[in-house]
Amino acid sequence: MTTEITTDVVVIGAGPCGLFAAFELGLLDIKCHFIDILDRAGGQCAELYPEKPIYDIPGFPVVTGQQLTDNLMAQIAPFSPEFHFSRMVNSIEKQEDGSFKLTTDADEVFNTKVVVIAAGGGSFQPKRPPVADIEQFENKSVFYAVRKMEDFRGQDVVIVGGGDSALDWTLALESVARTITLVHRRDAFKAAPASVNKMKELVAEGKVNFQLGQIAKLEGENGQLNHVHLATDAGDLSIPATRLLPFFGLTMKLGPVADWGLELNDNTIVVDTEKFQTSVPGIFAIGDINWYPGKLKLILSGFHESALMAQAAKAVISPGERVVFQYTTSSTKLQKKLGVA
Amino acid sequence: MKITVTDQAGEVHELEGLEGWRVMEVIRDWGLNIKAECGGACACATCHVYVDPEWLDAVGAANDDEDDMLDTVGDVKSNSRLSCQILCSDDLDGLKLTLAPSAAKD
Repeated sequence: MTTEITTDVVVIGAGPCGLFAAFELGLLDIKCHFIDILDRAGGQCAELYPEKPIYDIPGFPVVTGQQLTDNLMAQIAPFSPEFHFSRMVNSIEKQEDGSFKLTTDADEVFNTKVVVIAAGGGSFQPKRPPVADIEQFENKSVFYAVRKMEDFRGQDVVIVGGGDSALDWTLALESVARTITLVHRRDAFKAAPASVNKMKELVAEGKVNFQLGQIAKLEGENGQLNHVHLATDAGDLSIPATRLLPFFGLTMKLGPVADWGLELNDNTIVVDTEKFQTSVPGIFAIGDINWYPGKLKLILSGFHESALMAQAAKAVISPGERVVFQYTTSSTKLQKKLGVA
Repeated sequence: MKITVTDQAGEVHELEGLEGWRVMEVIRDWGLNIKAECGGACACATCHVYVDPEWLDAVGAANDDEDDMLDTVGDVKSNSRLSCQILCSDDLDGLKLTLAPSAAKD
């Protein structure tokens, strides 16, 4: 059943710039809904380098990606934004009244006056191994995630990778698959030690095959895989396979944003520097995903862009309403909104 | 210092490297086909290069973090490195690299 939500603003992307946009919008009494393809807030900061130090956030000599995310979440908590994780915006349609209708791959419809795209480098999607013609096998016999274990029952499954996903699914599918082969380029794994030990036990028992090597070629017809060829130290090795699960982590792609009719510049969205509005009035873009002359891909640039975008978004949401610019240090109105006065 | 980079299409580029810069930054700033998604945090492996065999000793081996990141691409060779983990220096003047397919932009 389709869920329908009506709001002032939908922010696509819950990375640091998107999160700070909720703060700036909140000061102007604007309510936000977030949509993010990841299962938690933080975007690239939390996904790629949660533990790595960042040194160029004003006021923080050093902060990790996760600490920054946690602080931003605390900062926007007074405005109670609503988060919709693990889903992707498929389409944006402008309505006759100037508002927008967004649909997601989770069968939701958002009716909103303003859209803010804060999607960083795009949406996180599984890394595709550089193997010729892999696209023709995708979603038929090559999958980047396991949705239903039953789809793998009785199959010859090849799993590639050395991280937790590869190890977890090797262990989980071992009792379901007809044969299961784990392929990794080296005999060292980045997965939980308990999973690695369990996998090695299953290999010793002959229940799981382990092969050193890299995926080199796929063989099959009409999207149905029948063999996977591996490059190994001993040369080409062909193994029977009807299902392939490559687990190489995530990468960022522009994704459906490219089809929304916005002016683009080399995989980024062109905006003005007054409002950070795109070529479609009412759709704004902030942070790493936007482009304008002199653009610097820095988190602090995204924060600045958030503040200017919020002022412009207010004018779209409440046309004709006079906005008095106020400082949080001195405005008791703002302090009440923040719950500190 | 100079760096010679062969891109994924086989075209050879001679780049001017700056002392102390990461080789990834030089390749990216010259506009070659490198994604360099994480900006140098050794967190994505989208600046993957193959080091010319004659330069392997001078460049040195990948550390454990880098080796872990190389697990996330499917085209690793014995001369694979992440270019964000190679610093430009006079010792590397003339360095020759080839961009890996997995480093390409979308």
